[in-house]
Amino acid sequence: MIKRIVLVLLLGVIVYACDESDDNGGNLGNNNDDFNRALLLANVADNYIIPAYQDLNTDLNDLVTVKNTFIVTPNQINLDALRASWLKAYKTWQSVEMFNIGKAEEILYSFQMNIYPTNISDIENNISFGSYDLSNVNNNDAVGFPALDYMLYGVAADDSAILAIYTDDKYTKYLSDLVGQMQSLTNTVLTDWTSSYRDTFVASTENTATSALNKLVNDFIFYFEKGLRANKIGIPAGVFSATPLSDKVEALYNKEASKELVTIALQAVQDVFNGKAYSTAATGESFKSYLVSLGRNDLATLINTRFNGAKEKIQLLSANLKNQVETDNTKMTEAYDALQLAVVSLKVDMLQAFNVSVDYVDADGD
Amino acid sequence: MKSKLKAYIDKKVDVAPLVVFRLGFGFIMLYSITRFWSKGWIETVYINPKYHFKYYGFEWVKVLGDYTYVLFALCGAAAFFVAIGFKYRLAIITFFLSFTYIELMEKATYLNHYYFISVLSFLMIFLPANVSFSLDSFLNNKEYKKVPRWAIDSVKLLLTIVYFYAGLAKINSDWLFKAMPLKIWLPSKYDLPIIGDTLMNQNWFHFLMSWSGMLYDLLIPFFLLYRKTRVIAFVFVIFFHVFTGVLFPIGMFPYVMIVSTLVFFDAGFHHRIINFISKVLKRLVKIDFQKLKIKSIYTLKYKRIIIPIVLLFFVLQLLIPFRYLLYPGELFWTEEGYRFSWRVMLMEKMGHATFKIVDSKTKQFFYVDNSDFLTPLQEKQMSFQPDFILDYAHYLGNHFKNQGHKNIEVYVESYVALNGRLSKPFIDKEVNLYQEKESFKHKYWILPFKDDIKGL
Repeated sequence: MIKRIVLVLLLGVIVYACDESDDNGGNLGNNNDDFNRALLLANVADNYIIPAYQDLNTDLNDLVTVKNTFIVTPNQINLDALRASWLKAYKTWQSVEMFNIGKAEEILYSFQMNIYPTNISDIENNISFGSYDLSNVNNNDAVGFPALDYMLYGVAADDSAILAIYTDDKYTKYLSDLVGQMQSLTNTVLTDWTSSYRDTFVASTENTATSALNKLVNDFIFYFEKGLRANKIGIPAGVFSATPLSDKVEALYNKEASKELVTIALQAVQDVFNGKAYSTAATGESFKSYLVSLGRNDLATLINTRFNGAKEKIQLLSANLKNQVETDNTKMTEAYDALQLAVVSLKVDMLQAFNVSVDYVDADGD
Repeated sequence: MKSKLKAYIDKKVDVAPLVVFRLGFGFIMLYSITRFWSKGWIETVYINPKYHFKYYGFEWVKVLGDYTYVLFALCGAAAFFVAIGFKYRLAIITFFLSFTYIELMEKATYLNHYYFISVLSFLMIFLPANVSFSLDSFLNNKEYKKVPRWAIDSVKLLLTIVYFYAGLAKINSDWLFKAMPLKIWLPSKYDLPIIGDTLMNQNWFHFLMSWSGMLYDLLIPFFLLYRKTRVIAFVFVIFFHVFTGVLFPIGMFPYVMIVSTLVFFDAGFHHRIINFISKVLKRLVKIDFQKLKIKSIYTLKYKRIIIPIVLLFFVLQLLIPFRYLLYPGELFWTEEGYRFSWRVMLMEKMGHATFKIVDSKTKQFFYVDNSDFLTPLQEKQMSFQPDFILDYAHYLGNHFKNQGHKNIEVYVESYVALNGRLSKPFIDKEVNLYQEKESFKHKYWILPFKDDIKGL
């Protein structure tokens, strides 16, 4: 009898041994059988991601239209309209920059939309050469919003010189191709979401390193730490270099938009954390509600407090971040420090509460 | 007293359990090495990283570049030879040295069960495990039926120490009164069929698992030792290790423990295993193991040297886990004396460490992006262990000095979260770590732990 029990158990061991699935890494905690992960994903997808991409898609379609008008008649009025359209789209972009999943991940969407500082010599070389593959990874620093920033504000000394540039076919061609590329990529990403990916995404709540849920959490934190804290504030403030690097701000040529962009980006991050919808005040399941369901109200509150603290520090900055760095960099480093506090809460505390390991570690635990 | 000891040392028992243990150990180690290899971890853990964390006193251990594969092959081959009992003494020494060298190459991969394998293979050097049912005995045409009792008892003692100390470690207020860290780990297993949705997120289940885990560790060696409870105990062993293996990413550990605890069974049980294997082998290779010349009792050579070594070994094993008492502060926070003590899967700790390189003259500074220097595994381990932080600080200091930076000071802003507490500053950010040296002394620059964990 006992022997039979031992045998059955040994069989169990063998079955388990043959079925060794590797769930190293991705784990999400749940202390309350009421928390519905699929609802979290549905809320983020339906109420934030898709509406935001739709908004961006619309903005980029507008940008194409306005660009076409400008190309036919390159005058000050049309240049202003083009610039306004660019800025509107750039602001909308700040709400989707944090998502690097699905089609966006596959086609390296972010890398083709917002790599800055843009590489002027690459742009000029492309233009003079006349033929180029914008989707080639070597052109990542010559495409997207930053490239347009240069093309609309930095390509010549002043507005009348800029207008003169656009009598040259090569420049208008490049301008056109840039805009077209951005619009086409965005359309691809959006279409993937609205056709099949949304359902795949919402269903992917498994406890693995590659599930949509785990990727979303990890991407969120990675973006906040690198895309926002480092790229928009830290690097220009010289936090990672011996001296400040004021030329590494976003919207370098436009100059006046950089603070506005980071403000929108930070608000977007906080909104996603709190499960707020993209365009209404409605809220749904989110990282915050997840934390609360795990009994971590303390942490959820702390994270929002820290986000608010960072918002305050960024408010104090001048609209022109390049100028801010050059005249009073302390305010920039203080904004950086405030963002850093939020990074710690997210990367250490929130990940520990969710029991998500950073998603790229693969080894036995002990 | 002395005569009782002498009588015990001279006592002889059936060798069968040791033989089966040797077979199990050797083959599991071979599988373990192969698995590690096949997952590409030799590449990602040992060959690719620019920098490796070393153990204190073992900084001279070098990674061997592509020859690391040779080292692993050697280790695997040695495991195989141990299993079949061919040139056993040489094989087990080779295994011990190569396996331990592998572990010494990178401190970030420290796992209690790797330490266990090192320690166990060291002990096995002194055990006569190849005197029966082995290629050695076959080739020498000599087989021994009995070996000193302490040879088998020492394996049981080592296993008892591992379990018992693991149990002692669980006697702490976080584990027992807060069900931490299981309270974080169990709910994440919501994918498990049936129990994922129901049991895993129940508060009472977390406490049940914590308490029963502690009791299991403390009591199981004794239930295994006592004949009447042995089989039930083994059922528990299988259940416990399979269950934890499903729940946590602990690799080979469940197999190692299940196979190792077979040693507690009596000789008859092991003879049945050996006979079964014999029959299989007979059909495959047509060798009749029964025809060997049988000498009945193995007498140990070099007794004068071996016995004291084994005794010293066990004294160390009993004492080392308590060295944390020599250090001030909370053990879980400072980790001074934490390793090599069978503190298995005991806490959930995460950290974030940002290093600042300062020119002491100009006061200019910059922060370092850790991913430029460390792999994700290394960064994770470094972020909550002070000895790693110090090591890394020196590495960074030297790196930037070589790049031409002058008057280098290295500071760290670090935060650590332990067992679900909000993260707190970990290291004094005003201390220039580049000036601090590694030693056995307490690291004063670890900030105090602002909470209390009671326990051993």
